[in-house]
Amino acid sequence: MSETLLLAAVALAATSGVPGLFLRRTAKAGEWLAALFMLGGAALGCAAAITALTTDSPGITYAWHVPGGEFALRVDALSAMFILQIFVLALLGSIYGLGYWRQAEHPSNGRKLRLFYGLLTGAMALLVSASNTMLFIAAWEVMTLTAFLTLTTEDERASVREVGYVYIVSTRLGTLCLFALFALLFTTSGGFAFAAPALGTSPTLSTAIFLLGVAGFGLKAGVMPMHVWLPGAHANAPSHVSALMSGVLIKTGIYGLVRLCSLFANPPVWWGSLILGLGIVSGVFGVAFAIGQHDLKRLLAYHSVENIGIICIGLGVALLGRSLGRGELVVLGLGGALLHVWNHGLFKGLLFLAAGSVLHATGTRELDQLGGIAKRMPWTTLAFLTGAVAICGLPPLNGFVSELLVYLGLFRAAGSQARELWLAGALAAPALALIGALAGACFAKAFGTVFLGEGRSAHAARAHEASVLMLAPMAVLAGACVVIGLAPPLVAPILQAAVDAWAPEAGLAQPALHTLAPFGYVSLAGLALLGALGTVALWQWVKTRGAAGGRQSMVGTWDCGYAAPSARMQYTASSFAQALIGLFAWGLRPRIHAPKLSSLFPKPATFESHVPDLILDRLLVPSVRFATRATHAVRFMQGGNLHAYVLYVLLTVLVLLWWR
Amino acid sequence: MTLTSAHLAIHVFAVLTMPLLLVGVITKTKAAFAGRVGPPVWQPYYDVTKLMRKGSVFSKTTTWVFRAGPVVGLVTALAAAALLPLGGHAAPLSFEGDLILFAYLFGLGRFFTMAAALDTGSAFEGMGAAREATFACLAEPALFFGLIVLARFSGSLSLTAMMGSTLADEWHRGGASLVLVIVSLFIVLLAENSRIPVDDPTTHLELTMIHEVMVLDHGGPALGLIEYGAAVKLFVFGALVVRIAVPYSADPWLAWGVFAACMLALAVTIGVVESIMARLRLVQVPVLLVAACLLSAFGIVLVAR
Repeated sequence: MSETLLLAAVALAATSGVPGLFLRRTAKAGEWLAALFMLGGAALGCAAAITALTTDSPGITYAWHVPGGEFALRVDALSAMFILQIFVLALLGSIYGLGYWRQAEHPSNGRKLRLFYGLLTGAMALLVSASNTMLFIAAWEVMTLTAFLTLTTEDERASVREVGYVYIVSTRLGTLCLFALFALLFTTSGGFAFAAPALGTSPTLSTAIFLLGVAGFGLKAGVMPMHVWLPGAHANAPSHVSALMSGVLIKTGIYGLVRLCSLFANPPVWWGSLILGLGIVSGVFGVAFAIGQHDLKRLLAYHSVENIGIICIGLGVALLGRSLGRGELVVLGLGGALLHVWNHGLFKGLLFLAAGSVLHATGTRELDQLGGIAKRMPWTTLAFLTGAVAICGLPPLNGFVSELLVYLGLFRAAGSQARELWLAGALAAPALALIGALAGACFAKAFGTVFLGEGRSAHAARAHEASVLMLAPMAVLAGACVVIGLAPPLVAPILQAAVDAWAPEAGLAQPALHTLAPFGYVSLAGLALLGALGTVALWQWVKTRGAAGGRQSMVGTWDCGYAAPSARMQYTASSFAQALIGLFAWGLRPRIHAPKLSSLFPKPATFESHVPDLILDRLLVPSVRFATRATHAVRFMQGGNLHAYVLYVLLTVLVLLWWR
Repeated sequence: MTLTSAHLAIHVFAVLTMPLLLVGVITKTKAAFAGRVGPPVWQPYYDVTKLMRKGSVFSKTTTWVFRAGPVVGLVTALAAAALLPLGGHAAPLSFEGDLILFAYLFGLGRFFTMAAALDTGSAFEGMGAAREATFACLAEPALFFGLIVLARFSGSLSLTAMMGSTLADEWHRGGASLVLVIVSLFIVLLAENSRIPVDDPTTHLELTMIHEVMVLDHGGPALGLIEYGAAVKLFVFGALVVRIAVPYSADPWLAWGVFAACMLALAVTIGVVESIMARLRLVQVPVLLVAACLLSAFGIVLVAR
């Protein structure tokens, strides 16, 4: 039932951009039809997911003319969580696109964008419900290629082509890993279904499968140090595509990893430790690199790396719990990770849409060109602030709830006697606290420089509030952040179902999530906090504005007696970050061009500081340059002649056939 | 440990009234060290009352975020006080995992205080916000290392259980690690509450300040809320340190007396530290905070055997 609904949803979403192709370039109907198709698709998709959450389905299978492949779909609770998120964000992004990427303003690439946006959505939904690895990889490839085509919408810009190239190269590497992974899985389980390896599979083979999964899925998820494609791609795509990519596309990597790990009932302890370690590295360095960015969307992109890190910490705790037979760690870790998958989709989607509104209104993403737009864009400001508080994991919003679950898992691990567990907990919990504090610093910087203070340039002075079509999706996302934050018991049954689907083994005693997590108290504390905030705010308002003796006057900002302060004297984003960058300079390697003052009367000089990506700009680009030089002798083989490439493929296949 | 309505009333009363007294005691101690009489210990009450009666001056640059800063700062500190057991009874709100909420409430207050500072567009206030953000990043892991030690001892993730009657026995088992945690948390207290040697609340040079410079533009009732909120935050961090150091809870009524006496002693200690130490150079503050992290990390190592 749910699979049929899902197929209909996928069909509607995937074809949403098609009607527009048959209309005039400037016609409005195409974009509205696309949004309507997407609405229908999202309704069916959500219905499919909710059906799957309430009833257990055996799945459906159609014949498929691919060797070993079966068009086999099964929506379980784990898939349902991802399906809900994919369709909700895709729909909201598509509505946002009606205001943000109007066909009338982008006649040359609007139709292309909507075509591939729809295909991308459909492919992701198909991917998370595929129960055959061949179907999975087919959907994976469609997703990857359409994502490339949507993010390079503005391919006339060199920077966009550059990040598109980095993205496509990294996805090739990822897909290669997945081919090897599924081939190995085939040798152990004897089929192309997602099935547990047969008993007696050698540990080496299991390890190879796991490591290939970490590499292949980690590349998609953007786990550091495999995140190189992510910051540029998110920054340069149209903002609703950034929201979709950051919100759900990178989560397909997490889905793959979670699904793969679910196949192994008794993973070695170091698997969990590895995922946990990668999570800590991604989390701390993701946010540290974010602090160094000058570009609002690039900053948000690095926060995706950070949040993927938090998700991996949760998954690591769950794996450790599974290895060591601690059911409560499985429930808390995986529950926290999956809830954070949702939450990150919600608040990062919200932040990218708000950043898109700023970009749309001012024409720049440079933090130090912006400022003071809170007065011109009050609703966008509120939306961004909600997203910022949520992403920092602060109460009473949703980020706090999922981080709380991960923390509970870590503290329980830290209280254990097992050496692997207490060490993991004692290292990861303070690391998560560090991540939280750094995220708070980064978003105080981003929110403060972009929205508060005085405008720093003519760009900022141009700002105007976004249209209703752009504000409405933001309002929905912000509302969802508040609802999950204040009423976490609502999501508890969904999480419970997904956790049960992940680790169904009977031997492991898994306590119910609602007995482990204080959802009711979180709800109570959140409401009480909001109530108290409201009361004190009201008191202050009455005190300063009300009729009863309230007196207030408006003057300029006190700048310690200086008579003519100007907007340029404000603290900039770079200066805000300077001390923290200094503390992390050993890992970030910032490039600082400071003027050398030599004579008594130095000439005017400029100061610049950048934090380039350590892995991409400092490691990969130089090593690729070196490799290009070193392999100069055989470069003639790559002459740009397609016929020659096809010949290579044919020869390789023949050699392989002969070899068998 | 249960909570009766009488103890709840005392808890609320202590949280609402005692914080400003601590500030007064610190000032009095510093005056005594300097050979002055100093203002009466009740002076902070007079100051806050006076501020609450004043009119307000707002910068034209600011928005509602500026006005939200003091409110969030005070309310989050009060909410954190509701999670912490003070005497020998349970906290008004306690649940498994409340220690995370406790730590993150201060994060929320800090975020809005920094946003309010940036809202003025002043270079000085931005500078203060940047410093606050930087030092908080180093103080946070120290706090969590300390909480892990307590959680390991008590086998619970609720502050009430962690500071409960079992803690007294833990002093026999793992006193060394608790001493390390107390020293580390005391450093965190000094940093989070902008005391010497991290920050000087009485300095007159904006360039060198952290917390005070962030609130330069606030006046009248808003400044009153900030002063009060800062005092409550000092009270809460002080209570955390005091309850770990002196976990007396045998007689619930006597426990209140012990708690109050220890809090006053803590205020005197802070006054003494402020009198005999100079402020550190800003670049050396991270070193101090990293030392605090390492101390409580060693606390974990000691209990992990």
